[in-house]
Amino acid sequence: MLAMDYRGPKRVRAVQKPMPEIKHPEDAIVKVTRSCICGSDLHLYNGNVPDTRVGTTFGHEFIGEVVEVGSEVTKLKVGDMVLVPFNIACGRCSFCQQGLFGNCHESNPMATAVGGIFGYSHTAGGFHGGQAEYVRVPYANFGPTVIPEGMDPDDAVLLTDVVPTGYQAAEMAGIQPGDTVVVFGAGPVGIMAARCAWLFGAGRVIVLDHVDYRLEFVKHYAPAEVYNFKTDMQDPVLFLKKQTDWLGADCVIDAVGAEAAGDVLQTITGRKLLVQAGSATAVHWAINSVKKGGIVSIVGVYGPTDNLVPIGNVLNKGLTLRANQASVKRLLPRLIEHVQNGVIRPKELITHRIPLEEVADGYRLFSDKLDNCIKPVLVMDSAR
Amino acid sequence: MQKHVIDPKSVPGWGIDADPQNDPTYPMKPNRTDVEQQGYTWERPTQQPADVEVLHSIERPNLSAVFGTASPPVGLSGMIRRWAFRWSENEYNHWLPLILADRVNVVEGIIEDIAHGKFPNIWKEKGYNASWKHDRTGLVLRLAAFTAVAGGLVLWLSADGGKKKAKRQKHYRGAYYEE
Ligand SMILES: NC(=O)c1ccc[n+]([C@@H]2O[C@H](COP(=O)([O-])OP(=O)(O)OC[C@H]3O[C@@H](n4cnc5c(N)ncnc54)[C@H](O)[C@@H]3O)[C@@H](O)[C@H]2O)c1
Ligand SMILES: [Zn+2]
Ligand SMILES: [Zn+2]
Repeated sequence: MLAMDYRGPKRVRAVQKPMPEIKHPEDAIVKVTRSCICGSDLHLYNGNVPDTRVGTTFGHEFIGEVVEVGSEVTKLKVGDMVLVPFNIACGRCSFCQQGLFGNCHESNPMATAVGGIFGYSHTAGGFHGGQAEYVRVPYANFGPTVIPEGMDPDDAVLLTDVVPTGYQAAEMAGIQPGDTVVVFGAGPVGIMAARCAWLFGAGRVIVLDHVDYRLEFVKHYAPAEVYNFKTDMQDPVLFLKKQTDWLGADCVIDAVGAEAAGDVLQTITGRKLLVQAGSATAVHWAINSVKKGGIVSIVGVYGPTDNLVPIGNVLNKGLTLRANQASVKRLLPRLIEHVQNGVIRPKELITHRIPLEEVADGYRLFSDKLDNCIKPVLVMDSAR
Repeated sequence: MQKHVIDPKSVPGWGIDADPQNDPTYPMKPNRTDVEQQGYTWERPTQQPADVEVLHSIERPNLSAVFGTASPPVGLSGMIRRWAFRWSENEYNHWLPLILADRVNVVEGIIEDIAHGKFPNIWKEKGYNASWKHDRTGLVLRLAAFTAVAGGLVLWLSADGGKKKAKRQKHYRGAYYEE
């Protein structure tokens, strides 16, 4: 089968690999029809996640058809069309029992801090991902969700990650009616977070990025007030203080993560020298621009070691930090409803359809933000 | 299961200010039961057999019930990874060698390609076809900068630096460098 293949920082290709096999009685094999490239994949692509091994296949946002099931799979059958949450969750451990499906303890032996994630390095369990024609899906009784009748596959594929992550970012921000919400990052996740902030009753939504075409998109899509932190201001924190009666925003969301731009020191130490676990510019700005007693919600992903963040300000300002990998399975029922009712329109984010053979060009387009790319989806030969 | 060394009920004032609503995990932990207080006691799913070498964090006693079997540790990078996994996730000794192993693994990947008779198509793998189409100036500048740095390095090594090295490494020069 054809699959994406990681060769080293900023080097990927599509090659023939052996078909995945059932390794556990609750496994299923899914024939992938659509698979996205995510901002999280860029951390792997840039070589910033420890234990990213050459020869692995990335991809954690995919949908497809069940073609084989293990002996203990009862809730799915061959032929079902499923959307597969990006987290691998058993549904039974203490964490899954309480709804923390992004923090399962039975899906990743390699790191206790991280739950299993498809195609996301050995630090997240060493699973081959879904940027391939076929993929092994563990815990098939629990994770995969049959795509509701009539749902557009482009909407379905974004329900595996982008929609739940944006929604949970807003949820964790603890937005109260009328609150001013600032979102750092106008990538797919930030765009969705800005949209969802309104669903929780925000009074004002402000988005910062330095890529104009993305700001232009979120301005209408969310909608939101948008600013370019490179051209509209010198210091984003001071700018936001002025925008908010000098007190700061009630809630601030970091939808950027380790690849953040905007601060030379952070960029050099976090992205070039790797002496910290990615550039912490966005979380730094978030802590400093939120109101005293406010909430910072972090969905931007950082590596497993340390980051330069002003923790003293968290203390002195009495802040609450909330963060997690999105618990996709927990949020799906509500979000499927929102998509079906047209409250959230995910597929409008998709700007590029790329054949799996050209996966390297897809990564480059998305990573360098070429051709006004917001969300690229890899479309498999069989699904075209 | 974890042991309670002190019986909480024997402590004066125990629980008098307990407030179930003081819960910043809501609604992220919607079915809060505190079941994890009972320790690692849940009924585990069937254990996946390990048919390849799987390194596991020493912060857990076992392999998780399922795991990925992509790219088992091999070669020099595999040796470094095995060493890294002797340390807990709390230690730099765990993470920094893993980053080193990743870099070593890249070189191993190129050697493997060549051993299989194909030289990796770096232009294609880097997605430069997309850059050529949508960001030609950027690509040309990037490649020019790379060539300038690489060229400068070669000149520096072969001229001035070369002389210095020649003095220090007189005996090895013949063996390793072609003039
Ligand atoms: N927690 C989760 O469950 C989860 C799930 C999916 C993605 N993520 C993470 O969310 C983040 C965003 O994902 P994405 O797919 O939107 O990625 P993306 O790379 O497309 O978007 C990031 C955006 O942030 C902008 N940016 C860079 N530096 C900035 C700064 N200092 N301030 C404001 N904006 C800045 C970039 O220009 C870009 O538009 C990534 O870190 C990704 O790993 C987390
Ligand atoms: Zn993702
Ligand atoms: Zn679990």
